[in-house]
Amino acid sequence: MRIVVSIKQVPETTEVKIDQAGGRVDTEGLTRIINPYDTYALEEAIRIKEASGATVAVISAGPEKTNESLREALATGADEAFLLSDQAFEGSDPLAAAHILARGIEKCGPYDLIICGRQAMDGASGQVGPSLAEELGLPMVSFVRKIEELKDGYIRVQRMTDDGYEVLEGPLPMVISVVKEINEPRLASLKGLMKAKRVEIPVWAAGDLGLDASRIGPAGSPTKVTKLAPPPPRSGGEMIPGTADEQVKTLVAKLKAAKIL
Amino acid sequence: MISKAEAKHIWVLAEQKKGKVANVALEAIGLARKLASASSQEVWAVLLGQDVGGLAEGLIQSGADVVLVVEHPKLDTFRDDPYVDVLAHLAENHKPAVFLIGANSAGRSLAPRLATKLRAGLAADCVELSWDAGNLVAVRPMYGGNVLATVTCPEARPQMATLRPKASPRPVLDASRKGRVEKVDLGGLQIRDRVKLLESVETGGGEVKLEEADIIVSGGRGMGGPERFAVVKALADAFKGAMGASRAAVDAGWVPYAHQVGQTGKTVSPKVYIACGISGAIQHLAGMRSSEIIVAINKNPDAPIFKVATFGIAGDLFEVVPLLTEAVKKEMS
Repeated sequence: MRIVVSIKQVPETTEVKIDQAGGRVDTEGLTRIINPYDTYALEEAIRIKEASGATVAVISAGPEKTNESLREALATGADEAFLLSDQAFEGSDPLAAAHILARGIEKCGPYDLIICGRQAMDGASGQVGPSLAEELGLPMVSFVRKIEELKDGYIRVQRMTDDGYEVLEGPLPMVISVVKEINEPRLASLKGLMKAKRVEIPVWAAGDLGLDASRIGPAGSPTKVTKLAPPPPRSGGEMIPGTADEQVKTLVAKLKAAKIL
Repeated sequence: MISKAEAKHIWVLAEQKKGKVANVALEAIGLARKLASASSQEVWAVLLGQDVGGLAEGLIQSGADVVLVVEHPKLDTFRDDPYVDVLAHLAENHKPAVFLIGANSAGRSLAPRLATKLRAGLAADCVELSWDAGNLVAVRPMYGGNVLATVTCPEARPQMATLRPKASPRPVLDASRKGRVEKVDLGGLQIRDRVKLLESVETGGGEVKLEEADIIVSGGRGMGGPERFAVVKALADAFKGAMGASRAAVDAGWVPYAHQVGQTGKTVSPKVYIACGISGAIQHLAGMRSSEIIVAINKNPDAPIFKVATFGIAGDLFEVVPLLTEAVKKEMS
């Protein structure tokens, strides 16, 4: 079995600044990490490998420095890594990004299962997983909280819903996105880091993937971001003084004034 | 691909589960009504399921001008494959200008697939939608809510968006509204159907859903243990609201993950969010900062949660919360 894990490199914090013109998020100088949601995807793939034997490949689209995150994934337990990198990819919206990743996944070899995080911490669209499935013509189950059974050509999973969960089964290959509940990700080991240094990571550009210029970057992105702004500040900070009795009385009066009670 | 010149009308997926239309779908119909009125277009509700025709009247009363009803055994409960194929087929036939879908667990999975199949632009998880010069203007949070991005889709059609639950009020039913119900015959349409539903389990036994609750009472590390969450639950019950928790409380195993509010959990925007023993880490704020009123109860007067709280109570939550529960019960009775 071969499992592909799609990861994204993101800034380590969501406390970011927007440039003066409101056109760009300034992430310059911030440490970059594997998208925390993707660490659950990676961990699940490594657990499958440990339990029943599998090859784990990680793939990512991004600038050259995304290599560091791919090496970290190798050091955590992945066997192969692939980087899709080209200036022409910049400015891709989630639809275009999924198109790029899909062609990369097709090029990196056969696969039985593709695992994604449920969304990225920065863009937070949650689009790439399902979009990737459609690009590859594969079935997909989103928000998987447990893999109940996995064998040749077959998977049964629990999918988290708004009011509980569903048990679903389907054929492989399949794309799944996973939620935090599925596992507790491990960290890269020192031994793994040493080993990861020696793994060669192929880097593929648009031409290597046979990508049409009209499907990538701004030209391939139907959506445009026209403005970025901070959220309206919260007028907070009214502390209610007094004893517990007095505090509760005041709060109840406030909630009544706001027509909550 | 659907051309811009041909595209018209605002579509909403009237997602139903067990014969009940999702609240977020009704909220989207209400919002679509406003957008349609601003742009001389119609609101089309798309209703998929099995024996669901009876729901059409309620969709018209909520604001739809046209209801497309598609009944098919494969559409009985939401699954990505058949829903994507049928919705893509309908969109290609009727060419909507806008397609809105609720950003719940079904919509978040379905919408990106549909957008890819139609080569349409999608703004995901929107908190605000408006109309400007022939285009849908969507506002969506990024970076845990620290950045609000305005997104448009100038050329590709339909302009798709998923709408976050409670981003727009539920429309008031208008029994005098008239509309048209169209039953769609799918003919020989090939419908993919690769993933089978074996079991559907509702946990929490009819509790109010976190994303749909008007009032949420959440507990954090300051609760000190699982049994002490009963205090938080009692207050949530008194309000007829839902119980939430911080990551710390979930990771400690005191409360199931389904209750987690914050970056790696759920994003909520209730009328009132009461944070008990929650310090207010940025990751928690990401999940609740758009609540209308935030009440923080914490023994540490310097806790960062007080910086975003509308009302702050520095004190012992085990003293304050039970008193508040009694007072709320009295007010509600």
